[in-house]
Amino acid sequence: MADHFDAPTEASATMTQTQERIPTVVVDDAHIIYRVHQGAAGGTTPVAALRRLVKRTHAPNVREVHAVKGVSFTAYRGEAIGLIGSNGSGKSTILRAIAGLLPVNRGAIHTQGQPSLLGVNAALLNDLSGERNVVLGCLAMGMHPDDVAKQAAGIIDFSGINERGDFASLPMRTYSSGMAARLRFSIAAAKKHDVLLIDEALATGDKGFRKRSEQRVRELREGAGTVFLVSHQLSSVRDTCERTIWLESGLIRMDGPTDEVIRAYEAYANSK
Amino acid sequence: MATTALVDPDTGLTQAQLAARHGLRVAGERPSLVEYSRRLWAYRHFIAAYANAKLVASYSNAKLGQLWQVLTPLTNAAVYYLIFGVVLSQNEIPNYIAYLTTGLFIFNFTQSAVLAGTQSISSNLGLIRALHFPRASLPLSTTLTQFQQLLASMVVLIGIVLATGEPLTWEWLLLVPALFLQAVFNAGVVLVVARLGSKSSDLKQVMPFIMRTWMYGSGVLYSVSLFERLPSWATTLVQYNPLLVYIELARYTLLEKAPLLNESLTQLWLVGAGWALVAGIGGFIYFWRGEQEYGRG
Repeated sequence: MADHFDAPTEASATMTQTQERIPTVVVDDAHIIYRVHQGAAGGTTPVAALRRLVKRTHAPNVREVHAVKGVSFTAYRGEAIGLIGSNGSGKSTILRAIAGLLPVNRGAIHTQGQPSLLGVNAALLNDLSGERNVVLGCLAMGMHPDDVAKQAAGIIDFSGINERGDFASLPMRTYSSGMAARLRFSIAAAKKHDVLLIDEALATGDKGFRKRSEQRVRELREGAGTVFLVSHQLSSVRDTCERTIWLESGLIRMDGPTDEVIRAYEAYANSK
Repeated sequence: MATTALVDPDTGLTQAQLAARHGLRVAGERPSLVEYSRRLWAYRHFIAAYANAKLVASYSNAKLGQLWQVLTPLTNAAVYYLIFGVVLSQNEIPNYIAYLTTGLFIFNFTQSAVLAGTQSISSNLGLIRALHFPRASLPLSTTLTQFQQLLASMVVLIGIVLATGEPLTWEWLLLVPALFLQAVFNAGVVLVVARLGSKSSDLKQVMPFIMRTWMYGSGVLYSVSLFERLPSWATTLVQYNPLLVYIELARYTLLEKAPLLNESLTQLWLVGAGWALVAGIGGFIYFWRGEQEYGRG
């Protein structure tokens, strides 16, 4: 084994400085199954429910969705990895599992430190004002109240919700969907992260905000060890990631340099 | 092959061995009980802020706003007084209004905490799937919200008790530790039902019936002396009913001549503290054991 003393190959050229590649996320044959309670499927009449009780069969309105079916890969420090695939291919699910928010049913996911998920769907309280939501969101991310007080004004400025009058003191239910998404992104991006998982967050808001948010993500990337990016915009994956994983119906279809994977994915998407 | 043989001693390892070699931890691993408590303590500001936010949000659509914090318990008491005090004209108990409202408000503290707690995980799945924090923050902030509601209704209660001619004594100060014990007891019960409710949404439908049965077993509406007619084992059972104990503690401190089922005050305090301890610690451990599962829904 020791007879290959030649220079690092193309594949590992991205991490020339580090002698040893340090893994930050190790995914080992992960399976994730959602249990979904359907509202009104067939057989929800009291009689049907009684019959089920007597016959001891499972309720028909609980369905299992096998979202991720055995995925394995390793991510190293300094990498930016894009996750692509059609809707429902399990991209966001695997991201949540890496963040430790969703338990795996089989297999395991190992991570260094606590990965943070940067999404636009962090549910906040719609009945409360934007300002209060900022404070609440920051506290939920584990920030100290003093830091929250210092950063709150900056977060509201960044989101730009006050561009058309004082919206920060109005309840969030009065916001347009774009404004709400911008505020949520601004809250989530206010913290520094070790392993950063970004879920479609770059697609939020108008042009000016998108520019600001891309700049912010670049800053966050510089501080973070490893970045994952889920996106349907292939251009943003191409811009930010050197490695890309293509998921299709819960399985890895391809894992490699971004250009190759995206070319294959585009060919696949066009042929459908 | 062997393109990375020099720089990468990791070749040939399985994923699990690779992770172990570099000291990676399993994602979303459950921390030890001590570590979990420490993290929860670090999130105390979030718990308080969330409880406050919920309290504000719950009345934000009502015109009278926060006034409902006081109006709801008042209306409740008025309805029960109309039925039991006027229509059925209960004469057995001296100062029935005060007796009734004390029982009702104390019971309501636990009832509303338990009902809200059942959904404290399932109604916050969005937050749980988006952010990382000790999940016990949610049931605990639910309990805190209800505690704030209780403080408002205590102001009403003290007003009623004074207006019905009860004297103000030093004994009233004992209400503070009594309510504290009940709050700890509630927190424990809420942690338990939060975990149960996260698994099965049927619990939400069953809970109101359980709570109503519990209410009838706690001597809220009628004289507790009725329980003495039960067989002796049943009377003993009722005597150890935690809610009856907390209600009697409150009645003992506030009212002069209220009928009590438990004669010994020491026993009341001991049983009350015992329940708080058992429910508080037991509930916390029970909830902690399910920590990894709450995201699944």
